[in-house]
Amino acid sequence: MYSFDYERPSGVNEAVSAVGEDDKFLAGGQTLLPTLKLRLAQADKLIDLGGIAELKGISVSGSELSIGAMTRHVDVANSADVKSAIPALSHLASHIGDAQVRNRGTIGGSIANNDPAADYPAALVGLGATVHTDKRSISAEDFFIDLFETALEEDELVTKVTFPIPEKAGYAKFPNPASRFALTGVFVAQTAQGVRVAVTGAGPCVFRQTDMEAALSSNFSAEAVSGIKTEASGLSADIHASADYRANLISVMAARAVQAAS
Amino acid sequence: MTTVSMTVNGKQVSADVAPNTLLVQFIRENLRLTGTHVGCDTSQCGACTVHVDGDSVKSCTMLAVQADGADVTTIEGLAQNGELHPMQAAFKENHGLQCGFCTPGMIMSAVDLVKRNPNPSEETIRTELEGNICRCTGYHNIVKSVKAASENMGG
Repeated sequence: MYSFDYERPSGVNEAVSAVGEDDKFLAGGQTLLPTLKLRLAQADKLIDLGGIAELKGISVSGSELSIGAMTRHVDVANSADVKSAIPALSHLASHIGDAQVRNRGTIGGSIANNDPAADYPAALVGLGATVHTDKRSISAEDFFIDLFETALEEDELVTKVTFPIPEKAGYAKFPNPASRFALTGVFVAQTAQGVRVAVTGAGPCVFRQTDMEAALSSNFSAEAVSGIKTEASGLSADIHASADYRANLISVMAARAVQAAS
Repeated sequence: MTTVSMTVNGKQVSADVAPNTLLVQFIRENLRLTGTHVGCDTSQCGACTVHVDGDSVKSCTMLAVQADGADVTTIEGLAQNGELHPMQAAFKENHGLQCGFCTPGMIMSAVDLVKRNPNPSEETIRTELEGNICRCTGYHNIVKSVKAASENMGG
């Protein structure tokens, strides 16, 4: 690792005013630290968000679930509020990486990184969540832009994510057996605004599968989506799986997500 | 340099470290507690697993400065008064190792696993140990060890 300076502010305003052009916010560090170790990234200064109490915590108010940016995956997985409001989200969080990663990794860090195979982007887009920053609120679909790219400005900090509570939702992923990242993961939700289907891992960035949304709107069953084939062009291909394989996984995982929906 | 202070295995320790010092480096090189191993150094193998405020974490994927003020337990802190921790005893009894390199991390993860799942099934043990890689045993005796320990730990 190259050397860097380190700061641990205790408030959001302090964190945002501390960040300079070549600095990085440090959340759970489960991606940033390995990347720094491999010298794939470099920072003049790390601003550790671990000491900011206002960024942590889960609450339910009316029809909305709110999760602070520095809330760890293990806390989302085990939260009684999440389990009762959106069980699919608790399930998703309990299958991110491994136990040690879930004990450090955070929702804010995950979405700000926007790894194409991360789980959370599927939940945010599938549920129609809103990302709140120190400056503004951004709908999940506008937040995730492309491969490792989000709508965040350099000095902008995610503070929390709010999820409208759906009627029912389900998530299924085919994990890469080594990393547990989603080779393909599909989140389906029946919401007040209709059915939403979001796919992660299959392409360079999370996307909605509108043909499946239409099919599920008239018949919310696994059979309605298992026969819908996705065009492989534009999907990712690597040593783990071809684009055709991922295209097929979208149908299979969508059907499983519908079956699991509660 | 930044000053860090933490409790490691019940003892208060303090040192000046460069901010890019990993927790595992601090444990091994400053404190000379070499039971915590560096296996892959890429956050995958879990040989460096320690407990920070009771939770298992990969100490190669955490900075020493992030552990400032924390309560850290390493493999050296498990035995009490010369008596092996039930998890250590179970690994010995069930031959839950071959070369032993992954064992400290495996045991630290297993202790946390049983804390969270007091009576784990074989399937739970296998899934919960996803963050720890063993290249010798094929995991079978490790799973047996964890199961046996969970029974001895009052699960």
